[in-house]
Amino acid sequence: MVQKKRKLGRGVAIVGAGLSKFGVYPKGVKTTDLFVEAYNELKESVDKGFAPKDIDAFYLGNISSDLFERQVHIAPATASRIGLIPIPTVRFEDACAASGVAFREAVIAIASGIYDIVLVGGTEKMTNLDTSHVTEVLAAALDPDSEVLAGETFPGIYATIATAHMAKYGTTVEDFMRVGIKNHHNGGLNPKAHFDVSIPEFMKRRAASAAKKGLPEPHWADEMDFLHDPAQNPIIGWPMRLFDCSTICDGASAVLLVAEDIAKDFTDKPIYVIGTGQASDYYIAEREDITSIKGSKLAAKEAYEMADVGPQDIKLAEVHDCFTIAEILAMEDLGFYKPGEAAKAIREGEDRLDGKLPINMDGGLKAKGHPIGASGVGMIVEVFKQMREEAGPRQVKKKDVSLGLMHNVGAHGSTVVVNIFERR
Amino acid sequence: MALESKFSEVAENKFYSLAYHRFLSEKKLMGSKCKKCGHICVPPQPICPKCQGSELELVEMKGKGKLVAYTVIAVAPPLMVEEGFDREHHYCSGVVELEEGARVTARILGVDLARPEQIKIGTPVTVEYVEAMHGGENKTLLAFRASS
Repeated sequence: MVQKKRKLGRGVAIVGAGLSKFGVYPKGVKTTDLFVEAYNELKESVDKGFAPKDIDAFYLGNISSDLFERQVHIAPATASRIGLIPIPTVRFEDACAASGVAFREAVIAIASGIYDIVLVGGTEKMTNLDTSHVTEVLAAALDPDSEVLAGETFPGIYATIATAHMAKYGTTVEDFMRVGIKNHHNGGLNPKAHFDVSIPEFMKRRAASAAKKGLPEPHWADEMDFLHDPAQNPIIGWPMRLFDCSTICDGASAVLLVAEDIAKDFTDKPIYVIGTGQASDYYIAEREDITSIKGSKLAAKEAYEMADVGPQDIKLAEVHDCFTIAEILAMEDLGFYKPGEAAKAIREGEDRLDGKLPINMDGGLKAKGHPIGASGVGMIVEVFKQMREEAGPRQVKKKDVSLGLMHNVGAHGSTVVVNIFERR
Repeated sequence: MALESKFSEVAENKFYSLAYHRFLSEKKLMGSKCKKCGHICVPPQPICPKCQGSELELVEMKGKGKLVAYTVIAVAPPLMVEEGFDREHHYCSGVVELEEGARVTARILGVDLARPEQIKIGTPVTVEYVEAMHGGENKTLLAFRASS
């Protein structure tokens, strides 16, 4: 692997961001329609406005409109819905890192001097299929010769990683549950979230629904008690239960990226991209260590070196919590905590909105939802809002929001992308 | 060389998955071994992931190893539903480290599916071949049975 320190050819900044509501849209709403929602919000978010005809290129993350909707060539199809023809359009497919990678490639394209303004986003319509078939589409990112035939699924693969982490570090199912409780708390403050519902609110609703049906009213001592109830929180792939898994949903995300020297033409508060990194890895059996995601470490190292910062400098982060174990792995692999020590920080609440290092302020993929191709840029939308102090009730409590990070994983870590952002 | 025979030569490449599955149907678990660094991969790889060497040989695994990670799956993909697994009928998948050093993801048999937390990492396992019908075709699939 080439070890030289990489630099952007010129500066790049985000000047606008938009997100559709994440959730289950009716059948017949198209992958392209969802992106229109995100793009319309993005347009409103650019403080000084912009002319769509000035956009040089459109980069779109989408994993499988092919299998979900039988539509291919989704990038120009989406561009035609928002009037951007005839600029170059590109679709990026890197499993769940699709739009994170699209973003990084747009940064590289602007830094190269080829483009000045690139619209980057992601869109996915997953819910046309039932859960078993969605599981099959997702598992198509696994090794067909071993993992797929072993019956592995995405929850299953992360659950497999979880058992190794538990055996090595003593991580517990309660540690996983704490991640879910925190993310649902944050999701409860996010009207765009698929599940904008905290666990205590879930408990109230489930009790009310039982009462309405004339059933005996269930009682749980606390959130942990509720999450231990197999009727409420069934096993998907042990030790991952329902409330450890991100949601299958529909959604789209978009940001407007521009060259640094023109950023102030669009807003007085651009958020600068100062580091970006990406790595790949083999299927899990071929890895020396399955208690961490090596691609996260490599992508982070590249991004930190480019940005000339370290993990201790990061003020807030959006990380890839497709499953609760994945958030724990991210906290360790990104260098925020030593291997095996993230669980302790979670127990002490360091990852909460009022904590030392807030993580997944928008509810994460767990509560906000995981419309796979839209998720990476979805995280960037949240970092942009938080760093501009525009996140409303879920705005982090700390004053210093000058440095943010996003971490987006494709499949079981076979792609990882990390981007670092600065407010000046 | 005629185009057709070129295609069949590619298909016969012993490091490709067609050959791996053909060996499985003969109840043989094959891996690739790098002649330069000795690294073994199961299923076989055409180029060594450790040293990028392209001089490899196909070697048969003894089929003994230990469990290094696992899961017990309740929400199954269509492939497993076809075999009769569902929310009531769970199955175990895991990563096995073979005595030869290679690791492979496979089905795990002979564990208590009702008590997944009791399954022990490090449990010795022995290869076993499972026959299953997928889309009307009989397939031989890789599994390992935990020693009791």
